[in-house]
Formats: sequence, structure tokens, C-alpha cells
Amino acid sequence: MLQITGVSRRFGDITALSEVSLEIRQGEFFALLGPSGCGKTTLLRILAGFEAPDEGTVTLDGEDLLRQAAHRRPVNLMFQSYALFPHMTVAKNVAYGLEREKLAGAEIRRRVGEVLEKVGLDTMAGRKPQQLSGGQRQRVALARAIVKRPRLLLLDEPLSALDKKVRAEMQLELKRLQNEVGITFVVVTHDQEEAMSLADRIAVFSEGRVQQVDAPVELYERPRTPFVAGFVGANNLFEGRACSVGLASDGLGVLPGVSTLPDGTPALLAVRPERLRLDGQGVLRGDVVDVSFYGGVSHVSVRVAGRSTPVLVATQGATQVQAGSPVALSWSAGDGVLIPQ
Amino acid sequence: MRRPRLMYVPFWMTYVFLYTPIVVLVVMSFNSDDSPYTFGGFSLKWYGELASDANVREGLINTLIVAVGSTVLATALGTLLAVGLARHSRSRLLDAISVMPAVLPDLVLGIGLLVFYATIKATLGLYSVVLAHTVFGMAFVTAVVRTRLANSDTSLEEASRDLGATPFTTFFRITLPQLAPGIVAGALLAFTLSIDEFVIASFTAAPLEPTLPIVIYSMVRFGVTPEINALATLLLAVSFTVVIAAQRMTRLTESLS
Repeated sequence: MLQITGVSRRFGDITALSEVSLEIRQGEFFALLGPSGCGKTTLLRILAGFEAPDEGTVTLDGEDLLRQAAHRRPVNLMFQSYALFPHMTVAKNVAYGLEREKLAGAEIRRRVGEVLEKVGLDTMAGRKPQQLSGGQRQRVALARAIVKRPRLLLLDEPLSALDKKVRAEMQLELKRLQNEVGITFVVVTHDQEEAMSLADRIAVFSEGRVQQVDAPVELYERPRTPFVAGFVGANNLFEGRACSVGLASDGLGVLPGVSTLPDGTPALLAVRPERLRLDGQGVLRGDVVDVSFYGGVSHVSVRVAGRSTPVLVATQGATQVQAGSPVALSWSAGDGVLIPQ
Repeated sequence: MRRPRLMYVPFWMTYVFLYTPIVVLVVMSFNSDDSPYTFGGFSLKWYGELASDANVREGLINTLIVAVGSTVLATALGTLLAVGLARHSRSRLLDAISVMPAVLPDLVLGIGLLVFYATIKATLGLYSVVLAHTVFGMAFVTAVVRTRLANSDTSLEEASRDLGATPFTTFFRITLPQLAPGIVAGALLAFTLSIDEFVIASFTAAPLEPTLPIVIYSMVRFGVTPEINALATLLLAVSFTVVIAAQRMTRLTESLS
């Protein structure tokens, strides 16, 4: 449905986007994930029409999107700051986009009423934005964007301004609404948990380039670049060269993993903290540096000789080990992911 | 913590120095004596004299025409200039030039405008004063509206465009309401500045159509009469009212937006 091909954008010496190509499908919940300054917001602004790329094409349903002015695109953006019009009531804010389409008054009132009900704000129609809570403002911003029934809805860090509890609530709400209205959502976020829980597919950005595009589970379990392995979730990374049974590490011997790389290729081995076990014969030996209890999980840091950073182990519930005690670490070969460097 | 009393001395001295002449002037305007220097009892006779003075009346009408005309022009042009500079230009130079008439000495502006009118062979009249006052009034409006724009959220305008509004609709429905407090403040500033402006007006006014400050100046040349005090008191009242109204209105529009 949305086809982005070879899009580049430079601001002076800084390259915000470098030959980005993506395909986003009809009805999909798609996330652009990356640290701040990685170019994801620039891409969003290009889709909305507030920026133009230096190179590349963007087509929506086969039509050239870049040739249309921002106010003519069937694309709506929910701003990070929500950008609600402070001098208008909630109902007026939501009606604004429909009034621009020159719809009949009765039709506008009906659709505004419908959408406000959908986001649970039908009783707040007469209020001004500054009389609402953060979560309510966000719903107004969302209602204002979806009432136009765009082909594509862009969301810029939709949950970042909310506190933790409201955030979890809105996360479910966003998914429910996306299901209900069937609009393709593209969300920009720096929060990987948010991206993983919301999106059907995620594109990870770093320094203006797309690192990997995958469904959340694949992205987590099979990172394909060192950046993705480090950015998405906590990971233990070991340096070395690929060999038939895993990774030949420089100071730690052979570490088990699944390798499809030619022997001798410089590579990283990534093992998730929750895949590590503290029992068994042990591939690695070390001493516990620190134990942190988080309720559902505990994090155990283990210092291993020959490695500068401690290895992180996540265990279910409370753990018996204490700081200072020697432990052995092991993992199944299937849990070690080799990434070419 | 108690502040040392001594700190209040320069504070009160400054205020006494500033306001004593004004208080004396207001009191003297109610003088029943003919002398502007000795008080002989309360009377409104100078106000009556003022009302029947044809020169003063004519000057007042001219001044009001100039003030209203130049305020309307300066507000419209200044607002557009501020928006243009903030949204469609990155030039520091244009920015500096836009506020130049506000900092330029009145004398320079007055002579410059007079030379300009002479060069294009324009006969002076009220319109030439209106245009002259528009020049510096616009600079003040631009400066005030720019400040307001710098603090305003550009994403509101982007949101408007995103929702399908043309740039034109966006300007009238979103940008202008956001700027209203700044525009009102700028307009009132331009109005008060125009009402008592003397130097530029004296260069650009036609001899037979003087503004009020010019009328006052020519009256003073034949000596200060209590009539002048009455006139000054009235001007003071107008300025005060406008300034207070400006503060009230900006607060009102601010609480609305």
C-alpha cells in the first residue's frame, strides 16, 4: 500500500535519512523504532508532507505522494505534543478537519459524535483542551486524526507524554481502535517495549538507515545487526569469529550458538539474559557482582574473567545466589544468535 | 528577611523625581488663577476654555485621524511582517531592518520621510503623517507580535495543514487567534505612540493641518497657560486608560487561548 523507495534527506552535513526503502501493508500497525536523532521523525514528516526528501519516491496506493501538498494528502498525523487548538472546544477541534472537507453540518456533527464516543469522550465535547488530563488530550488528538478516515495514520511518539499507568491503558486503546477503524497506523517511537507490544512489524532505524524490518518476536529472537541486538531488549554480546559450533571467542574459548556464517567470519554472539542458566556444568565461570530483585524477575550480574562488562542473567522470581558467590553460566546452542560484524 | 531601609531611598527619590511634575501639572490644571505657577483655588474654567478653543479641537481631530489610521495600517502590516519573518525567512538582516524604525532617532526618520515626500513631489497632508506614523508603529507591532510568535507552537499550524486546511485558512483560523494578545498589545502601543508623537509629525504634517502635539507646541511658545495643563491632564488620562485597557485585554485574550 505505502511504498517508500530510496528516500534520502540531508540537513547540511547531517544525513537524517539514507536510502530508506520500506513497504507498509494495508491495515498494518507498523512501528519505526530507533534512538533519538536516527531519522525516524524525519521520515514521518516526509510522509505527512512537512519535509521533502532529497532523493527517492513515496507512493500510496500507487500514486506519487510527494507531489501532493500536505493539506491534500489522505494522511493524518497525531503530533507528539498533540497540537490541539487551544482556542477551540474538543468538538470544534475534532470537527476542524471535516469542515475543511466542506461536509454538511449535520454530517459533521454525526461523525464528531461517533468518534468522540469511540474514544470515550462524548461527555467532554464542550471542554477546552487545557481542561483535560494528558490521557484525555491524547484521545482528542487521536479522534481528530481518525475522524478524517485517512488511508494512513501517523503517530509521533504517541505515548511519551503520558505517565506509566495511563500509558498501558492507552496502549490497549490504540490497538483496539486500530482494529476497529482498520486504518493503517505508522507509529514512531524510541521505546522498544512500546513498539513491540503495539506493532505488527517494526523497522529499526540507526543513523538514518533501516537496520532490520521484522515482526516483534523475530526482531527479538533473531537480531540481524549488532545495533539491533544491542538496542532491542537487553542482550549479552560476545566478540569473536564464527565457527561450526558457535563462536570462537578471543578470551573465553568456544561459546555455543547456531552459525550459518562461513567459519572465521568476525561475528558477535548474542544471548538473552533470560536464556542464561546459573546451574549446570557451565560454559563460563564467574563471580556474582550484584543481584537486583524486580518482583517478577531478578537480574544477576556476573563478572567473567577475560571480559570487561559483566554478563547479565535474568531469573524468574527471587534468586538464591548472593553477591560474591562463584557461579557457572550455561545456555542452549539454539539460544546463541550469531551476527556478522 | 528584612531589607535594609537604605535601599528604599533611591527608589523613592526616583519616583518623586518622576511623578512630582506630573502631579503638579494635574493640580494646576484645576487652578482658578490665570498664572500657571500659583494655585488660587479649584476651578474647571481651563477645561471650559479648552473645549471652546477651535485650534485645539482641530488638532485633536487631526491627531485622532492620524492615530486611528496609522494604528490600523501598522497593525495589519506589522502582523503580516512578523508572520512572514518568523515563518518564511531565515534572514537576520531582514529581522534587524524590521525593527529599525523603532530605534532610529525620530529626527532622522522625520527628515528622511520629508525628503522622500519631496522627491516624489507629494503634497503634505494628514495622509503623509498617517504613513509616517505607520512606519514606526509597524516596527513596534512587528516586535511585539514576533515575541508572541517565538513562543507559539508551530505544530498547531502543521496540525491545521495536516487536517486539510489551506495555508490561507490556517492563517485566519489558527495563527491569528494565537497571536491575538500580541496584536492587541501592539496596536495599543502604536496608538499611544502616535497620539503624542511630535518630531516626525512636525516634519510631515501640512502647515494648515497640525496634529495636537504641534498645536500644543505652538501654544507653549507664547508661554505656558493653565489651559495647556488641562490639555496635558486629558492626554494623560487617555494614555492611562489605553495602557490599562491594553493590560486588561491581553490578560483577557491570554486566558481565553
